[in-house]
Amino acid sequence: MDIRIVGVSKAFGRTGALRGLDLEISAGELIALLGPSGSGKTTLLRVIAGLEFPDTGQVYFGNEDATGLAVQERQIGFVFQHYALFKHMTVFDNIAYGLRVRRRGTATEIAARVGELLELVQLTDFAARHPRQLSGGQRQRVALARALAVDPRVLLLDEPFGALDAKIRRDLRRWLRELHDRTGHTTVFVTHDQEEAIELADRVAILNGGRIEQVGTADDIYDRPATAFVMSFVGDTSAIPVGFDGHRPSFEGRAFDTCLLGPHRGPGLFYVRPRDVEVTAPEAAAITGKVRTVHRTATGLRTQISPGTTDTLIEIELDSSAKVKAGSQVGLRFLRGRLFGVRG
Amino acid sequence: MLKEPSAIPGFGLAFGYTLFYLGLIVLLPLSALVLEAAGLGLDGILRIASEPRVYAALRISFGLAFAAAIIDSVFGLLIAWVLVRYSFPGRKVIDAAVDLPFALPTAVAGIALATLYAPTGWLGGLFAAYGIKIAFTPLGILIALIFVGLPFTVRTVQPLVAEVDREVEEASATLGASRRQTLLRVILPIFAPAILTGFALAFARAVSEYGSVIFIAGNLPFVSEIAPQLIVIKLEEFDYRGATGIALIMLTLSFAILLAINLIQAWSRRRLGGV
Repeated sequence: MDIRIVGVSKAFGRTGALRGLDLEISAGELIALLGPSGSGKTTLLRVIAGLEFPDTGQVYFGNEDATGLAVQERQIGFVFQHYALFKHMTVFDNIAYGLRVRRRGTATEIAARVGELLELVQLTDFAARHPRQLSGGQRQRVALARALAVDPRVLLLDEPFGALDAKIRRDLRRWLRELHDRTGHTTVFVTHDQEEAIELADRVAILNGGRIEQVGTADDIYDRPATAFVMSFVGDTSAIPVGFDGHRPSFEGRAFDTCLLGPHRGPGLFYVRPRDVEVTAPEAAAITGKVRTVHRTATGLRTQISPGTTDTLIEIELDSSAKVKAGSQVGLRFLRGRLFGVRG
Repeated sequence: MLKEPSAIPGFGLAFGYTLFYLGLIVLLPLSALVLEAAGLGLDGILRIASEPRVYAALRISFGLAFAAAIIDSVFGLLIAWVLVRYSFPGRKVIDAAVDLPFALPTAVAGIALATLYAPTGWLGGLFAAYGIKIAFTPLGILIALIFVGLPFTVRTVQPLVAEVDREVEEASATLGASRRQTLLRVILPIFAPAILTGFALAFARAVSEYGSVIFIAGNLPFVSEIAPQLIVIKLEEFDYRGATGIALIMLTLSFAILLAINLIQAWSRRRLGGV
């Protein structure tokens, strides 16, 4: 089922407002809504579910205008961040709940369907347990099976891995991807974790301030960020204010050579990834800076350098063997970066 | 067991204090009562229970206490729900007002209710116009018992309403359940143990209530005379044996009922997955 969101605004959602937002989700797609807290991503998910109603705009399920449909009528599957399992029911009864309240089939048919789902989420032996007797990852899978039981037209997941620890998170992520590939449900999930969004989703929609900044594949978003927000939100970046002399950007009056990505040519902010900056001897470089801090990380060194006279900081990643000392003066060479005009 | 870090020192000591304290405060007076009544023998007690006036009073006491506790449970849940789920001006004031029946001397409550519901009172007058008498009838007793029991049912359910996540209701709705289905299949089962606790407390309070009832009851034998009132009458007639006999019957009945409620609660807790 493809879903179209047209011009949706919502003044006060529980988490963030939406301002005239459009989004098309194709059938069978796995799409991530990524954004900082308060960006409206959870509100958007709840609007699709029918748990919130937009002030203006439409939500279409296929050709059907679902804007006015109550949550019960939308036939969606929703997995809550904290699972919201019925703790007075067994795993079996939790999964059967949707089938029972909708009177889908006889007790035997329901039992058979629940059995299939238990197998799908690999919890066959846990049917008689209560939610409090399960681990976080198991509860998450019960919540998923419960949502899938009613054959949802779209599966909606709110921060599905938010409450789990890192290892289980990675396993479940892979497992969810496999599950999606097998069942083919149109799936929308909300996350604030860019790694999760990019690893798991076919496409990522990046939200900021109640609007969509960019929708695209991981490559689009990493390599062709549409806005300065996307550039700085996805992956690490540093930004320095620059002028422009017609060919080259300049920092504090000194023009420097670099490979300029993106369409914008003119004064604005110059964004650069930590791996796209080289440290050179200060004598030959157009831009020099003072090393402020040096930290060891898992993969190398991360240093912060302040170029020029302002308090702008540039983050750089170096090999652990690099000889950089805090307080020393170094030259900076920007291999590539992206210019964005300052908005407004 | 002693090595486990625990805020209250070791099991032995804590258990000893528990027994001593319960013994001194609860069991000692009650056993004095039992001893006094023992002089009657089982025959004597049964004879007292089958006195028509005593039997009627016991029926009125327990029957009305039961009805009052049920009414309080329903409205206690509603009030707790409103106080937790909605914010509105004056919520704090209403929240505090719920406890007033605890704080008010029961006699004051009784006199206030009697004045209000008497045929000449504000509310009593309204009903009297339709031929309904409230004060000095079992209906008046019921109102007094509802009044004193309400705080128990609100206060036992309130923390649970605050604790249960709204997402559980939303989850039920996303799965296609109507409001009624959500209420019957999700909300009430989760609240059941707390509602039962509130019911038990309100019931126990109502059975033992004296002060607020006697002013509004009218105390007509066989109609609106409660068992505690009958005890007082027996005492005034210096029939101490008879008084303790009724007391022992009340005690036994109350204990049996509270024990049953506790067992039902344990059972419903187990269904919640072993709290």
